[in-house]
Amino acid sequence: MVAEIFEFTMPSLGADMDEGKLVEWLVKPGDQVSKGDIVAVVETAKAIMEVECFRPGVVQQIVVEPGTTVPVGAPLARFAALGAPTSPGAAGSEAPAQPEPVAAAAGVSPHGPGPVAHPISATGPLIRRMAAELSVDLATVHGSGRGGAITRADVRRAASESTASRTAARQPHPGARISPYARQLAEQLGVDVSSVHGSGRGGAIRTDDVRAAARAQSEPARSKSGEQPAAAELTAAEPDAAARRAEAARQTTARLMARSKREIPHYYLRTTVDLTEALAWIRERNRELPVNERILPAALFLRATAIAAAHVSRLNGFWQNDQFVPGQAINLGVPVSLRGGGLITPAIMDAGQLRLADLAVRLRDLATRAKAGRLRGSEMTGATITVTNLGDLGVESVYGVIYPPQVALVGVGRIVERPWAVDGLLGVRPVTTVTLSADHRATDGATGARFLDVIGRSLSQPEKL
Amino acid sequence: MSTIETTYREAMRAAIRDALIRDDRVFLMGEDVGRYGGCFAVSLGLLEEFGSDRVRDTPLSESAFVGAGIGAALGGMRPIVEIMTVNFSMLALDQVVNNAATLLHMSGGQLNVPIVIRMTTGAGRQLAAQHSHSLEGWYAHIPGIRIVVPATLEDARGMLWTALADPDPVLIFEPGALYPMKGQLDESVREVDIDRAAIRRPGRDATVITYGATLGTSLAAADALAGEGIDVEVIDLRTLRPLDDATLLDSVTRTHRAVVVDEGWRTGSISAEISARITEQAFYDLDAPVERVCSAEVPMPYPKHLEDAALPQQVDVVAAVRRSIGDGG
Amino acid sequence: MSAKHRLELLRQMLRIRRFEERCAELYSAAKIRGFLHLYVGEEAVATGVIGALRPDEPIVSTYREHGHALARGVPMDAVMAEMYGRTNGCSRGRGGSMHLFDADRHFYGGNAIVGGGIPLAVGLGLADAMRGSHRVTTCFFGDGAFAEGEFHESVNLATLWQLPVLFACENNHYAMGTALARTHGQTDLALRAASYGLPAWPVDGMDVLAVEDAAHRAVEIIRAGGGPVFLELRTYRFRAHSMYDPDRYRDKAEIEEWKQRDPIDALVARMRTDGELGDGDLEAIEREVADELARAEEAAEAGPWEPVTDLTRFVYSERS
Repeated sequence: MVAEIFEFTMPSLGADMDEGKLVEWLVKPGDQVSKGDIVAVVETAKAIMEVECFRPGVVQQIVVEPGTTVPVGAPLARFAALGAPTSPGAAGSEAPAQPEPVAAAAGVSPHGPGPVAHPISATGPLIRRMAAELSVDLATVHGSGRGGAITRADVRRAASESTASRTAARQPHPGARISPYARQLAEQLGVDVSSVHGSGRGGAIRTDDVRAAARAQSEPARSKSGEQPAAAELTAAEPDAAARRAEAARQTTARLMARSKREIPHYYLRTTVDLTEALAWIRERNRELPVNERILPAALFLRATAIAAAHVSRLNGFWQNDQFVPGQAINLGVPVSLRGGGLITPAIMDAGQLRLADLAVRLRDLATRAKAGRLRGSEMTGATITVTNLGDLGVESVYGVIYPPQVALVGVGRIVERPWAVDGLLGVRPVTTVTLSADHRATDGATGARFLDVIGRSLSQPEKL
Repeated sequence: MSTIETTYREAMRAAIRDALIRDDRVFLMGEDVGRYGGCFAVSLGLLEEFGSDRVRDTPLSESAFVGAGIGAALGGMRPIVEIMTVNFSMLALDQVVNNAATLLHMSGGQLNVPIVIRMTTGAGRQLAAQHSHSLEGWYAHIPGIRIVVPATLEDARGMLWTALADPDPVLIFEPGALYPMKGQLDESVREVDIDRAAIRRPGRDATVITYGATLGTSLAAADALAGEGIDVEVIDLRTLRPLDDATLLDSVTRTHRAVVVDEGWRTGSISAEISARITEQAFYDLDAPVERVCSAEVPMPYPKHLEDAALPQQVDVVAAVRRSIGDGG
Repeated sequence: MSAKHRLELLRQMLRIRRFEERCAELYSAAKIRGFLHLYVGEEAVATGVIGALRPDEPIVSTYREHGHALARGVPMDAVMAEMYGRTNGCSRGRGGSMHLFDADRHFYGGNAIVGGGIPLAVGLGLADAMRGSHRVTTCFFGDGAFAEGEFHESVNLATLWQLPVLFACENNHYAMGTALARTHGQTDLALRAASYGLPAWPVDGMDVLAVEDAAHRAVEIIRAGGGPVFLELRTYRFRAHSMYDPDRYRDKAEIEEWKQRDPIDALVARMRTDGELGDGDLEAIEREVADELARAEEAAEAGPWEPVTDLTRFVYSERS
């Protein structure tokens, strides 16, 4: 049988992305990849991202070399397909997800060969996927499970151990003589140091050189508007750089939000929810959980939204080509502020299937990876509904602007203590307001009201979360 | 706040006098501290005021009188032991390193040694190769003792009492070149913290880390650089052990450039230690290699022009900061 | 001197002897590690000198100090546990054989730098002198330390300031492996010490009664304000310098000759002659000592290890 050849292309990682630079290949010809494996690192105007392969296959040919910028959709590599080409879940040799600890398949079989002969190939897809997400090379991971099998805990440990070296490895042009701080600044300012002239000893690139390069990049824009940068501005340090970066992010957000307000007829609904039960319940749950797995109220709202989106599916999806297209899964968009300014809204994928505790873990993981620039393409574009929680910042209600082409956004405010009547008696209770911004083209107020009602009821019956 | 004009020497003397008045357990002993008035006249007049029981002239036997100070501390006293210069303290190294620093640990926490040992350090007075070295960095290598270096009038006045209140051995190194230093001192100073380094001059462009006699050199260099628009932060370490990493790293993280100025020799020195800590903990914040300005690796010569050439000078600090900033690279 | 007192001296010397012999065995069984310096043969010195002191009078000792610690009353189980490195050792296990400390019993080590402890004793004496206390601080050191500058500086300082210090020089005739005559131009140590201007005389360190008598006289002089005293206690160690010492530098005949003067045998013989040792007395003491030793060993075996998380404790005082 002749294997089908498919192209691996420059993915679209955002509505505003039209090209990307291939930074690094994580595979080489002959490598076998599974669905979901990270195969390359791509740099966009916004971030350095890992991109995954959605079909199992064998790498046949690398088309685009690292350092090359190509438009979205351009072929990057050719793969020979393995197994059923399109149907997910039927991917060739992959075994179904196994419970933790994931034992090496050969290891647990009484008739198998040597127990730890090929622990990696015998490792389940869950582990491989996790390793890929966390950029862990399984060949270097010591398996602590039965028969030397690699467990999720092993991968997590390896990921945390290699964070530092990975950070260093991610720096551009390791061979260039560049000061550590200049390297960091170049990343922040988006300066490609390969084109920067170093003025330091031995041609080393220093922060002044990086700043000069950053100025040169922004110069045309300035001269167009007839402005000349003042001398003070030229020597100004990081606050200015951060501001410039924030400005770039601002532009992206501005385009998106302007489009939203131009195209989407928003309507807004608001309800106030008594959180007494919910907060007591998570307090109780958290007693049994390790610190890094504790459930925050934020996860509670995500879970409640996921439940509501399942019940009221007209609010989970997209408005495209003048019609509503329901989301295939419930992918919750969560805005994350980046260090140095800027906002991105990656999604917790398939949140409808996640229990509260898992949701809490995924939320934490997503925020961490977003800040480290290690998001995956699907996470950047996949959100079907967004939850924005500004409670931490002290606001009581949020009337958000919908991220197109989504049709709804849930806003959560601060938890405050308020006088609250229950069964005719007045007491002080922790409450918050939950608002819904919805696209009137897709739904009417009654649908929105039902949605908020489900959220309210879910939060008052936390044990069902 | 009312201030008095005083000198480093007088501030030190006032501190010793104050301690002798405040605590019966305190006494001063060392070579020529009594009738002579102290080799550098620090203890002038104290014998007359407090008597020979509490201001004790010792024979020239550093090991015995430093060891006796340790023994007296074990016996409940609060001795201040003066060694004329750090070079002479080599004769008492056994007592400092093998006894003062170890007794608490060897005894499983039973015997602490509340002794204060003062000594003169540093060059600048044409005293040649056996009276001029800066060996405090050596002592900073030793766990179990605390090393402080007052570089200001306030610290000369205040560090002694804090050191006497410490349950463990404290070595105070007094840069000999500073004794005549004059200035205004807040009259109310009695004790100062000895845990933290001090930012003596805030700045944005580079951090100069120093202590002791080269604090003045560094501040002068910073003033000169300010004229060129280079804004230098100057940190006075004050305590060489334990080092206040937090203050150093916070500064370097802000300025991205570090210059260590140390009158000690470069090899295996406290400046090397500081440089190592910066690279260990602030590597990714550095925009230039850590620069060091140290004494030439030579026993201190006698002639003035050679001594000057051996010691860190203002021009050396200025040049190091410029290298760090990128000028004259 | 009463028969009862002599019996007590005998018991003390036997405690030290049996303890040291057992330590040698436990060392060989790898229960005790590091350097182990045994006091076998020299028991009369610690027993006689410390017997003349009050319990609150400070003692500064050397690395061959098990005997001094036991004679001072540091419990045998705490000493043995220290050998084992356990937290119930008298130094929490941080010191080991060479660094026995007991602040409550005024036992200031356990100093393993030859001569290094002598200035500490002078300082302890200075503290007492300045506070008008009449305690005598006793400093044990060997003939090797007599060659160190710290000894000469210290004895000069103590004499100059007339400090209440007893310099107890345990002359066992070898500085580790080098004989006295190979390290000193003048081997009469008492004679040389006397040149500093303090009372100094030699004592037969193999005769516990002579040692105790000399110590009493020395302590009387010091307590009376006569300043420091130097005793040269001439003795001999029957075993090698430490466990890892092939003892090539001593003549077997010389060792045998000194063994004829074993301080324990000598006291037993004298007490028998004087009719002070009844039938079964010696055996009873031996049994008591064996029991005490067994209990000490049990306590040491059962003692807890310091957790590694506490490694850096006691470098600086813990502030409350």
